[in-house]
Amino acid sequence: MFQRLPLEPSGSTVGISIDGRRVEARAGDTVAAAMLAAGVVRCRTTPVSGAPRAPYCMMGVCFDCLVTIDGVGSRQGCLVRVREGMRIEMQQGARELGK
Amino acid sequence: MSPARRDFDVAVIGGGLMGSAIAWGLANAGQRVAVLDEGDVAYRASRGNFALIWVHSKGLGMPRYSAWTMRSANAWATFADMLRQQTGIDVCFQRPGGFNLALTQREWEAREILLQRIQSQPGMQRFDFEMPDRGRVKQAIPQIGPEVVGASYSRYDGHCNSLKLLRALHAGMQQLGAMYLSEHRVNRIEYAAREFRLMTAQDEVRAARIVLAAGIDCARLGPMVGLVMPVRPQRGQLIVTERTAPFLHHPVQCVRQTDEGSVMIGDSQEEAGADPAVTSPVISVMADRAVRMFPQLGTLNVVRTWAALRVMTQDGFPIYDESETCPGAFSAACHSGVTLAAAHALILAPHIAAGCLPAEEFQAFSIKRFDVPALAA
Repeated sequence: MFQRLPLEPSGSTVGISIDGRRVEARAGDTVAAAMLAAGVVRCRTTPVSGAPRAPYCMMGVCFDCLVTIDGVGSRQGCLVRVREGMRIEMQQGARELGK
Repeated sequence: MSPARRDFDVAVIGGGLMGSAIAWGLANAGQRVAVLDEGDVAYRASRGNFALIWVHSKGLGMPRYSAWTMRSANAWATFADMLRQQTGIDVCFQRPGGFNLALTQREWEAREILLQRIQSQPGMQRFDFEMPDRGRVKQAIPQIGPEVVGASYSRYDGHCNSLKLLRALHAGMQQLGAMYLSEHRVNRIEYAAREFRLMTAQDEVRAARIVLAAGIDCARLGPMVGLVMPVRPQRGQLIVTERTAPFLHHPVQCVRQTDEGSVMIGDSQEEAGADPAVTSPVISVMADRAVRMFPQLGTLNVVRTWAALRVMTQDGFPIYDESETCPGAFSAACHSGVTLAAAHALILAPHIAAGCLPAEEFQAFSIKRFDVPALAA
């Protein structure tokens, strides 16, 4: 759905995993941008109705891009930059206590 | 001012949980009802409360209040069913039994003494409670932290979704023909020839009877019809977290998980006048105690904090009365609009519809109890 602009020759990549799938992100990407570039069209479901959600505002306002990052639930994907080895997991329904 | 536009059997002043529950009950009893609500400039305790239906630690100093509370809690299941059948709104009433967690041995002992004092009062309709130790609390609530030494527990306590309750009452009373008038602050009440005339900025509403259910504004309105009502605001601050998978299946007196997963942390008791401000010292203490009770709460995101103003009477017990100088003017004020909603709708309102509050049931709640001669003056 989303396409990258042409990569500058010097642009380096970062290896992350999304639900166990290994993905190459660009250094400097936010988690939300990396997910969209990797074709993720739903990153969580809502706690009450179970409706699917995907990154939307990309600036920390809408809270639709909540994901579990390195084991910590409900992190805003658009406000966290990717790091080498980062584990990103979709969040199904409400976050679990202690996760 | 435009001419009087409406005539009603009863005009209820106040559209919060107290006014709505009474109005719903009156409409259910076939009365033509108007509800005059101030608007969003009002303090709106009914939108800010903690939503417990709480029995087990209430009534020290007035056994009748304990009995009234139990009666309401016992009527709650029927009340919730009636609202659901009528409006389709589930107010999420549950009565799984409630805990009050103690973080020190001293707190736990003081708690037991308090509950024993309540039960041993003359005239008390006694009921059972338990003082489970840490091990037994952990069986019911595995997430408690290491500092929890024990608890008090009562199977009579429960909770609901109080925002859905308010919505159900508003929907229900209007289905039953009650007229809800928003932005209708009552400026003046006149009484003549057994008729009340309520003056608002918009118009004048006339009714054969009125019910003052205006929360802390009853202090202003009451004297207009011969009802001196010593009520004041008492602040309570609350914290709510993001929605979380269900883990807490019992209401705890200052921590509860809502039907939709949020965790509410409450609720302070502060004499701060009519100031609904949130203060970080109070919020910090509340959060600290909650995390000591349930350490995993510390990882959750807080979504909002807010403060609401309880309607506190001089002695903390409800007021229900009828004016002697303006018969037909009733008053109702309390800080437990959720717990007592069932009693207000199913017991109090039918009496008002019938035109009087039976002394054997309501005398204890009369404002006459505040008329103490100035002995020490």
